Amino acid sequence: MEKRRKHSCKESERERRRQYPQFCSFLYRLLICVSYQFQHRKRLEREAKMLEIVRKKFTSVAFYVPSIQRIRPTFRNYSSAAKQMTVREALNSAIDEEMSADPKVFLIGEEVGEYQGAYKVSKGLLEKYGPERVVDTPITEAGFTGIGCGAAYYGLKPIVEFMTFNFAMQAIDHIINSAAKMNYMSAGQIPVPIVFRGPNGAAAGVAAQHSQCYAAWYGSCPGLKVLSPYSSEDNRGLLKAAIRDPDPVVFLENELLYGQSFPVSEEVLDSNFFLPIGKAKIERDGTDVTVTAYSRMVGHALEAAEILAKEGISAEIINLRSIRPLDRATINASVRKTNRLVTVEEGLPQHGVGAEICASVIEESFEYLDAPVERIAGADVPMPYAPNLERMAVPQIEDIVRAAKRACYRAGPSSSG
Amino acid sequence: MASWLTRSKPYFNAALRRRMPADLSGNILPQTCRTTPLYPPPTSSAAAAGRRPSPPPHLIAATLFLARRCESTRAGVGLDFKEADSDHQGLDFPGGRVTFMSKMSFIGENLEKRIPCFRVLDDNGESVGGSDYEQMDKEMSVKMYSEMVTLQIMDTVFYEAQRQGRISFYLTTSGEEAVNIASAAALSVEDAVFAQYREPGVLLWRGFTLQEFANQCFGNKADYGKGRQMPIHYGSKKHNYFTISSPIATQLPQAVGAAYSLKMDNKDACVVAYMGDGSTSEGDFHASLNFAAVMEVPIVFICRNNGWAISTPITEQHRSDGVVVKGQAYGIRSIRVDGNDALAVYNVVRMAREMAIHEQRPILIEALTYRVGHHSTSDDSTKYRPLDEVEHWKKTRDPLTIFRNWVARNGWWSDEHESEMRINIKKEIIQAIQAAERMEKPPLSELFSDVYDVPPPSLCEQEQQLRDTVKRHPDDYPNDIPQ
Repeated sequence: MEKRRKHSCKESERERRRQYPQFCSFLYRLLICVSYQFQHRKRLEREAKMLEIVRKKFTSVAFYVPSIQRIRPTFRNYSSAAKQMTVREALNSAIDEEMSADPKVFLIGEEVGEYQGAYKVSKGLLEKYGPERVVDTPITEAGFTGIGCGAAYYGLKPIVEFMTFNFAMQAIDHIINSAAKMNYMSAGQIPVPIVFRGPNGAAAGVAAQHSQCYAAWYGSCPGLKVLSPYSSEDNRGLLKAAIRDPDPVVFLENELLYGQSFPVSEEVLDSNFFLPIGKAKIERDGTDVTVTAYSRMVGHALEAAEILAKEGISAEIINLRSIRPLDRATINASVRKTNRLVTVEEGLPQHGVGAEICASVIEESFEYLDAPVERIAGADVPMPYAPNLERMAVPQIEDIVRAAKRACYRAGPSSSG
Repeated sequence: MASWLTRSKPYFNAALRRRMPADLSGNILPQTCRTTPLYPPPTSSAAAAGRRPSPPPHLIAATLFLARRCESTRAGVGLDFKEADSDHQGLDFPGGRVTFMSKMSFIGENLEKRIPCFRVLDDNGESVGGSDYEQMDKEMSVKMYSEMVTLQIMDTVFYEAQRQGRISFYLTTSGEEAVNIASAAALSVEDAVFAQYREPGVLLWRGFTLQEFANQCFGNKADYGKGRQMPIHYGSKKHNYFTISSPIATQLPQAVGAAYSLKMDNKDACVVAYMGDGSTSEGDFHASLNFAAVMEVPIVFICRNNGWAISTPITEQHRSDGVVVKGQAYGIRSIRVDGNDALAVYNVVRMAREMAIHEQRPILIEALTYRVGHHSTSDDSTKYRPLDEVEHWKKTRDPLTIFRNWVARNGWWSDEHESEMRINIKKEIIQAIQAAERMEKPPLSELFSDVYDVPPPSLCEQEQQLRDTVKRHPDDYPNDIPQ
């Protein structure tokens, strides 16, 4: 009975067999003949197991880059020097560890299995956990998001991957109405421990329908937790926390950061490492102006801080990490220290994350402000395609530098920023 | 390969008459159309009703696809393949092997005849000769009928209560009591129910009391929903009935996900997802059916085709032959049943449930019925449909009347029983409403709970602010706010 087989048609059988080098499958058939001749079932199983090992060795050499498991031991050999880890590896290792720790965790989305992930974030996971826990889906965001919610209602812990959060708009009814609000509507009877993750915001040259930032959209919704990590440490720690969290979490990654490497400490590599949700990180201490940013803009803000330091302005850079709940305490404490604020975001300006931060600071630290709050955001247009136009539609390092100078009353008399 | 096939043509034709044609298409449809009947074998009446004439060869190839599906309910009746396999050569494509034809025939937009409807009782409550169904015992029959009456009276009284302004909203199941109760009776409490909103009968069957219904409608302290939702949005974890959420058809992919979860847990249970005819237009419906088939999950989809989606009649909803044919498009075994016939619904759901669990596959049931009442208390259906149509259904096709006649004919029911029961139930409901009305509303502390697993500092702050405001301005707030 083919109860458990996901693909029952010949085509996928051929797909699987394609991965066996020719002589391996010949060997396999030969072995079966031999074993049946001797009517020795146990031997057959043993041979098949041995062959599995042979197959794994061959396929891993022929088709796969060594998986993360082979990288980690190498890391552990060096105890003192900081290890480098890309964001992609951070996410892959986080998902891998959480899936192995909890059998209820499973990954569902387009291209997550056989294709190894649209951005290779789920590389090696299908091979390790099988098609029941790494589920490739037809193209229907509304469909598989609803299915993920239903699975979470019944007790599983899905990680729903969107190819980008732009496509998640097709599923936003399920994210908000089926996931975010359900615990409240059911009065606690139906918790929804689900994670929605995928790239958010602008990539490079993918234009209007593939470049929007949704941090503000999801950040206004009660019942959701919204995270936007920057470094590998952020990505790893926050994704692990998100998977373990009993509430629905929207995890906004960034495509351009996937390939970027960051140094990570030993602590980050531990399988029980996680970061608390709702706490921002002060990436760089400063005294003159507070700059808040999230995701890729943190990198821009840090570079801007370097430039500003040369001009004698000491900027404090806050990596928000968590859009909802927003770490108002850290932001306000910082503003009370520096008395000036610049908010930076890639998303659209109206009703954006910066607007919320401004409101929060005005409500709680109004008397401490020495200058109006400066908001840096993307241009209020659908993202254009031409590289020169795209560059002007997204905040650049110079925009942050000029805004910080304006906040410090250091801008020249002629320039309005 | 092709030449072998042509040489063996006579053998092939003969073989087809005896065997299921699954071989022709190879692995496309591996698990359909077994020769050993796993589902009710056809009886003479069903076969007679379902036999269709050979399609005109020049227009419509009664395709392997469609014909084979119908074949599954008529095991043993041969099929006429003269047109389709005249060339006998196959082509390999992704998805399997197909034979090709040199005639350019389009599959018709509709079959010659509509898919027939399974029924056990006729309009007078007499069993139609030759139907295959399991005889129900007295206890179960009387229980089913009593619950149908309870549901009907509950609807009437609550509807009145809304009209009197005591609750804000209500939605009746008039005309669909049989679908509600009979389908619930065929399930076990282990089966998770994802309903749309016109299925409180399922919850009633599982033991939700009239007081619990009233509490939810009044949104009082005892409401399991903590006063968070509009009336009729019932939910009960202990009865395995997932909380109703109004958006149409969103429960369908959720149900498939829950069924996937059930499958991974290897439980001897299935998920039952209810929907109306309007839901079949939503994208979620199509994604769910497709996924359920691809993921091979144990789920029974029950569509209450009651002819109306608020004011949209079924003729404007779709152009297909109802909902049952849509199942085939997704590779799902489907059946059409008379939704006003409690016995038929019971039998079909029971069989569907067994198939879903033992074969780990989805099943689609289209229950044809009629929405006698308005869509809800916010609707006046006289504005878009004729009164005599409603009266006709109420008088001649009432599910309660049909079933009562059958139960009475078996000697298990009487008019005295009827009137006594109705009086008692009405009294009980009115008392429940009065008690629910008098009960306190949920406390302020429940305004901010359950948004998250653990309330974050921002919500705790907001709650504190609200409490302070209420304390400082008592005149602006009612003085009976429980804390």
